[in-house]
Amino acid sequence: MAIVYAIQDAISQGVLWGMLTLGVYVTFKILDIPDMTCDGSFALGGCVTAALLVAGVHPVPAILASVVAGMLAGFVTGILHTKLMIPAILSGILSMIALYSVNLRIIGGASQALLGIDTVFTQLMELTGLSQSNMRLIVGIIFAVIMIMLLYWFFGTEIGSAIRATGNNPYMVRALGCNTNTTIMISLVLSNGLIALSGSLVAQSQGYSDVKMGQGAIVIGLASIVIGEVFLSKKANFAYVLTTVILGSIVYRIIIAVVLQMGLSTDDLKLLTAVVVAAALGIPNVKQKLAVKRTPA
Amino acid sequence: MLEIKNVHKTFNKGTINEKKALNGVELHLNPGDFVTIIGGNGAGKSTSLNMIAGVYPIDQGTIILDGKDISDWPEYKRASLIGRVFQDPMMGTAANMSIEENLAMAHRRGKSRGLGWGVNKKERALFKERLKMLDLGLEDRTTTKVGLLSGGQRQAITLLMATLQKPSILLLDEHTAALDPKTAKKVLDLTEKIIAKDNLTAMMVTHNMKDAIHIGNRLIMMHEGRIIYDVAGEEKKQLTVDDLLHKFELVSGEEFANDRMMLS
Repeated sequence: MAIVYAIQDAISQGVLWGMLTLGVYVTFKILDIPDMTCDGSFALGGCVTAALLVAGVHPVPAILASVVAGMLAGFVTGILHTKLMIPAILSGILSMIALYSVNLRIIGGASQALLGIDTVFTQLMELTGLSQSNMRLIVGIIFAVIMIMLLYWFFGTEIGSAIRATGNNPYMVRALGCNTNTTIMISLVLSNGLIALSGSLVAQSQGYSDVKMGQGAIVIGLASIVIGEVFLSKKANFAYVLTTVILGSIVYRIIIAVVLQMGLSTDDLKLLTAVVVAAALGIPNVKQKLAVKRTPA
Repeated sequence: MLEIKNVHKTFNKGTINEKKALNGVELHLNPGDFVTIIGGNGAGKSTSLNMIAGVYPIDQGTIILDGKDISDWPEYKRASLIGRVFQDPMMGTAANMSIEENLAMAHRRGKSRGLGWGVNKKERALFKERLKMLDLGLEDRTTTKVGLLSGGQRQAITLLMATLQKPSILLLDEHTAALDPKTAKKVLDLTEKIIAKDNLTAMMVTHNMKDAIHIGNRLIMMHEGRIIYDVAGEEKKQLTVDDLLHKFELVSGEEFANDRMMLS
């Protein structure tokens, strides 16, 4: 039975972390920039939420404030990259490192427990009488559906199209009269807002916030995207693609739950995740290289 | 129309790789001029077009287009006045986006982009009509990803994109060089057709001397970052390839050298 509970928990965790995966998808897949701010902005979302909840703020404004904080973090990375012309990866790393200190300041220590404090989950549980695990899943799905709809709409607009085109071919975008610095900036802000939202929900769901909770978040996001691609067909529409991103996040959590049940130590999880991502990103390239190899006469 | 005054550009200034790309370019274009540009390796042909488009800042001089001094404008801002087609068919389009999405991006050149739909119904009809003109059957494949098309098809679409909003000037940077001869001919015919139809002002860099003579109303020869020969009208029509080679040797004192130049 333990495995059934573990999988049920994994599904709701996967949905909550799905918002992070959507954020990573925006920068890594659509904009074609690996944005390292992710690790910092995820923890930022959790820490802002924890600090505000402890201070007695209602969960809804606390979530909103976390999203805005995440967007600000993305904005800073954007300034570093577009205005100070620091390479994108390094800009993200700088923000991520800076956010570590910022997060320590926000919660005034390494972690902040939310024991006995109202979160969006406890409040809704009281309201509906549902169990905690069901509530996590329902709240997660509601947020995920709203975010998918928002992203689907946004990337169909003129600005959204320009962002997609920037990831494809920035030369063309500039030649067609659109400032690529602006499109990059908007994507980073949007992405980190989503990631902070995820951090906020995860912190509330696990009942504490930790400055280290974002460590390796980008790799988890990438792993989820890579797993999600398994569900992808060639002719998938964009809403479906975004759904597979969430699905990937869920499957990632299920895989983790299963290998943990099988006796893998939690200490080895990050190594396992890194190996999965490295394999998924690397194998297609190696395959391609082997495919063009001259056939012996 | 276009006024280029004493434009200089040196790449990698003060290093061992220093390269004087433009060395006092002077050019005046009248509305409706269709200029072909030829020259040897590193003569400054592409650099000239890139300077007009604002790909890199110029060191000295002024560029006036449509009565506006655009010398200090960033590339994306100049794009409101300029249509461009590049040598590399991959450069002008977004591979992961559909034909209509690419055209819709181009349809908004020089306009502000907001939260309206990226492609609307009215545009779809317009795009179909324009695609029909290309005669490549693309009007029935508007939702196909551009990455699935051939180089020639992509170049034809880029050409359409560059002229969807009438540009003050159309810059063509060896836009048929990467295509096979048959496709190149088709894209070139299309270029002439569109330029004539909309009465566009255009500059075309080419490595084909015959094309340079037969196409357009004016021909410019560049050498070492300067315009060394500028001919228009009847005189241009009478030119032969030999005339051009002779002219080049006369002015530059060197033999004409261009890896890709086609003399026949």
